[in-house]
Amino acid sequence: MARGCTVEFDEDVVVHELSVVQALLRQIEAVATAHSAVAVRRATVQVGPLSGVDPGLLASAFEAARGSGLTATTELVFESLVVKVHCRECGVDSTVVPNRLLCGRCGGYRTTLLSGDELLLRHVELGT
Amino acid sequence: MCDNCGCNVTAGNAHLLDEAPASGGAIEVLQRLLTANDRQAQHNREHFDQHGVFALNLMSSPGAGKTALLEATIDALRDEFRIAVIEGDLETENDAARIRAHGVPAIQITTGTACHLDAHLLHRALHDLSLAELDLVFIENVGNLVCPASFDLGQHRNVTLLSVTEGDDKPAKYPVIFRTADVVLLSKCDLLPVLDDFEPARAESALRALGRDTPLIRVAARREPAVSGWLTWLRAELSEHRRQRSEYRLAPPAPRPPHAHRQPPAWLSR
Repeated sequence: MARGCTVEFDEDVVVHELSVVQALLRQIEAVATAHSAVAVRRATVQVGPLSGVDPGLLASAFEAARGSGLTATTELVFESLVVKVHCRECGVDSTVVPNRLLCGRCGGYRTTLLSGDELLLRHVELGT
Repeated sequence: MCDNCGCNVTAGNAHLLDEAPASGGAIEVLQRLLTANDRQAQHNREHFDQHGVFALNLMSSPGAGKTALLEATIDALRDEFRIAVIEGDLETENDAARIRAHGVPAIQITTGTACHLDAHLLHRALHDLSLAELDLVFIENVGNLVCPASFDLGQHRNVTLLSVTEGDDKPAKYPVIFRTADVVLLSKCDLLPVLDDFEPARAESALRALGRDTPLIRVAARREPAVSGWLTWLRAELSEHRRQRSEYRLAPPAPRPPHAHRQPPAWLSR
């Protein structure tokens, strides 16, 4: 999957980002409804490199799936996150790339993921 | 990660939470986007656990040999365990028919255009199975190395197949799905002598580079089935699962009243 590419969603093309976006829209709408808002100005999401979700496809799916309601003009903002691991052998924390989760000091593979798989709705800014 | 205990705050995003939001009036949510799927998956797991059923989710590229592995597994274990299979495919009942020919029940989920099974689709299939009469349920996910990794179904173990006719660098290309695996099976290993470009050691180091000590087991499911390493792993995991359940069992959940399943979203059907 190319990151940041524009994808047209028609009946024959479904990526799992579309399922994720439908869940995201429901969560945004639930927050807005709970606060009696009539619009949502901005929604900020955290999508880690190891979440299995492509931010570019998520953005395209968001455009395709939002209707004319509360989220019609919502700006979707991504917070970028790094992949960090903790080495269970030598105890050091390192920042690594998504397919090489080895300890930055000893090179060991017995590591625990500290961050990088987040897939979260962080906050919602309501509009009027 | 859950949405209750604060484990959504990770080393990668903690610093962002200390900062004030970009503008006033922001409402902090910090909720997993797949919360609804996760809840449904937990519900599915309760269904399995209520009946002491051990559920495994099989994932791989299309054509890596998931169905052939299940056929060989059923033939080997049919007299030892009561088995059923849930098949996920975009179209056709072909795989379910192959499984039924081996004498065990199979439910086919056709996803239409959707590239993965999710917990809601699986729940509908569970209601077509007599879980009380089963020990093992295999879920054969849609052949795809990307999307199935993101959706918990309520299984107890993830099995990822890597066939030796693919590249041995697949774990480096698809880190998410190989990281979710509890076991990685190198399938079609009987072909290794005629393939000069697949090096099992390279596949293993690509897997280790993901920070995983996941077992890597060679299998060959067709012609002269050689699946004993996989069966040994499976029996060991099942008895470990049963031991943990009997040791740490909390009060069993109250039996749920019979409930109808929701219709899938309209975009799933053609």
